[in-house]
Amino acid sequence: MTAPPRIESPPRPCIHTPAPEPLAVGRDAWHHHVTRIVAARDEVAGVRTYDLAFRDPAAAASYTFAPGQFNMLYLPGIGEAAISISSDPLKRASVGHTVKAVGNVTHALERLGVGDEVVLRGPFGTAWPLDELQGRDVLIVTGGVGLASVRAAILQIIAARHDYGRVSVLFGAKTPAGLIYASEYDAWRAAGIDVRLTVDEADGDWTGRVGLVTALFDDLDLDAAATGLTCCGPEPMMLAVVRRASAAGIPSAAMYVSMERNMSCAARLCGLCQFGPEFICRDGPVFSYDRLAKFLDIKHL
Amino acid sequence: MPLSWLHTTDFQQLIDVLRDRGHRVIGPQVADGAVVYRDLADASDLPTGWLDEQDGGLYRLRYDPQAGTFDHVVGPHSLKNFLFPPRETFETWSRTPNGWLQTTPAYEPEQLAVIGVRGCDLAALAIQDRVFLGGDSIDVRYQARREKLFVVAVNCRRAAATCFCHSMGCGPAVGPGFDIALTEVGDRFAIEATTDAGIAVLADLAGRLSLPLLTADEVAAVRQVPETLREAMQARRPEEGTPRPRSLDTENIRNLLFDNLAHPRWAEVADRCLSCANCTLVCPTCFCSSVGEVTDLTGDEVSRERHWASCFTLEHSQMHGANARPTTASRYRQWLTHKLAGWIDQFGTSGCTGCGRCITWCPVGIDITEEVAAIREMPTSSPS
Repeated sequence: MTAPPRIESPPRPCIHTPAPEPLAVGRDAWHHHVTRIVAARDEVAGVRTYDLAFRDPAAAASYTFAPGQFNMLYLPGIGEAAISISSDPLKRASVGHTVKAVGNVTHALERLGVGDEVVLRGPFGTAWPLDELQGRDVLIVTGGVGLASVRAAILQIIAARHDYGRVSVLFGAKTPAGLIYASEYDAWRAAGIDVRLTVDEADGDWTGRVGLVTALFDDLDLDAAATGLTCCGPEPMMLAVVRRASAAGIPSAAMYVSMERNMSCAARLCGLCQFGPEFICRDGPVFSYDRLAKFLDIKHL
Repeated sequence: MPLSWLHTTDFQQLIDVLRDRGHRVIGPQVADGAVVYRDLADASDLPTGWLDEQDGGLYRLRYDPQAGTFDHVVGPHSLKNFLFPPRETFETWSRTPNGWLQTTPAYEPEQLAVIGVRGCDLAALAIQDRVFLGGDSIDVRYQARREKLFVVAVNCRRAAATCFCHSMGCGPAVGPGFDIALTEVGDRFAIEATTDAGIAVLADLAGRLSLPLLTADEVAAVRQVPETLREAMQARRPEEGTPRPRSLDTENIRNLLFDNLAHPRWAEVADRCLSCANCTLVCPTCFCSSVGEVTDLTGDEVSRERHWASCFTLEHSQMHGANARPTTASRYRQWLTHKLAGWIDQFGTSGCTGCGRCITWCPVGIDITEEVAAIREMPTSSPS
């Protein structure tokens, strides 16, 4: 993905002609699958991972996703929420979603357990550019539950570890109690991933770094020109990371961010998730930084 | 298909043919002080003789015995109200012993015929087709309604001061996409059909009364009707007359707007904008929606209701913990830049047809053409 060319305004502003026949070939935007929770585990307080298995074997057989994509999880009568897929894309028995309980749907999910049903639509959106990053060093920078969105990418990289150069995960949480997937870091390290952690506020047992995730750049031995950056977290954090990475010499064309906005249909029909000219649900959530740079600087876009 | 004459006094026959062919017929009528779309049973309910005076924040009807049946222009309604209804239950779910079951009944929409569709609203239809049917995922209910729609279009011979379809290239002559088109001349309509459905309706009509063909000279004169209006609209000057006639310079408008997202004009317009969402409700192309869950007391029976959303509301941009567009300035900017710039990226067309409804129905008369002109006059960065 590179920056899109500047788009010229058409000389005749309005499309005047009806859509060609047949009018539509797309599928129903609300096409769904009923799934069942086959495993639910607490990651940290307020954050749980739900592994969902399809009720329909045909759906189970045909469903695939790429790391960075998301599903819409629907609880009838409660509502629907966009949740990034956090499981290993090669493990097809179930699809994992790590959810922080922050809203209506996610709080209702918290009350569900193994055997309960969740309606799933997806997968939607763009993926981390793992093919383009092959042969390069990869710097994965995340904060909070942002790690959920890149966990699938980490697992895919591990499955083809020799295809990538050095791979580092820089992960920041508010407190040590907020470090999700803590039990997996050793396995990732053993598989050749450099995992570095920081927290905003330490507690008694914490002996690691304290400070912003950008400070973790200080200790890196970067080959900037050969490094690709993937970043997922709150927007101010991603902006700070991109600036720090630029200062370190990583080309902006090799930086990718994952965006979030209010969402309803996830199929670019409801208009809610717009960011400048982009639909986060279809053009994103993963964007090359160059494509968004002009808009990320604009307040309240 | 050649053009034929339909006498004004025979208009009822067209309504009857459409009804006999199974259509629910909708047509413009005067109600609540405006020309709106309603079920049309009788040709005498058409707004013959009524003219609409429109300006920023102003809509007034005036009776003129000289005025024709369709010399009003556009009211607050458009095809959107029928093809993309404000509220719609699109799914139902039931909790059964075997789990959640989708119980949505098969959807069989009515066969609608809408009379009086103008060039701007035909363009809006083509734009909404691209939104709802043009992608990998589509709105199947819109599709079902769209496939059954029968359009009786009308070539405008009068424009309101708020009209600027000539700037947007989609009026006043009706473009393709209609089944039947009418052009009012004296006490007759020149009537033509372009689709199989339209040709069949004209054949039925010809079975009931005589439809004399236009001579070549008459055809030329009929074609000149919207063209004369277009030339007049193009020749209008803002300083001429009250209310001020509108136009919009669309040259390089996409880059102009995206290069001026930090322009002070956004804050200035926000001082006037009430964030009331009227503009998005009357806009024939605005397509934002969100979904509400409606349950019975047990929670076992669930209906999902899609309803219009507006980028002027806080709900539109609400995320957990924060709102992406907390200010009126950011929400007005979203609306205008989406309509005139982002739409080009997304759908290859402007989202604006120049119908002028957003100007008329804005309670404080904010004018999309004036806002663009202000930015064009003094851009904070020049478009490249």
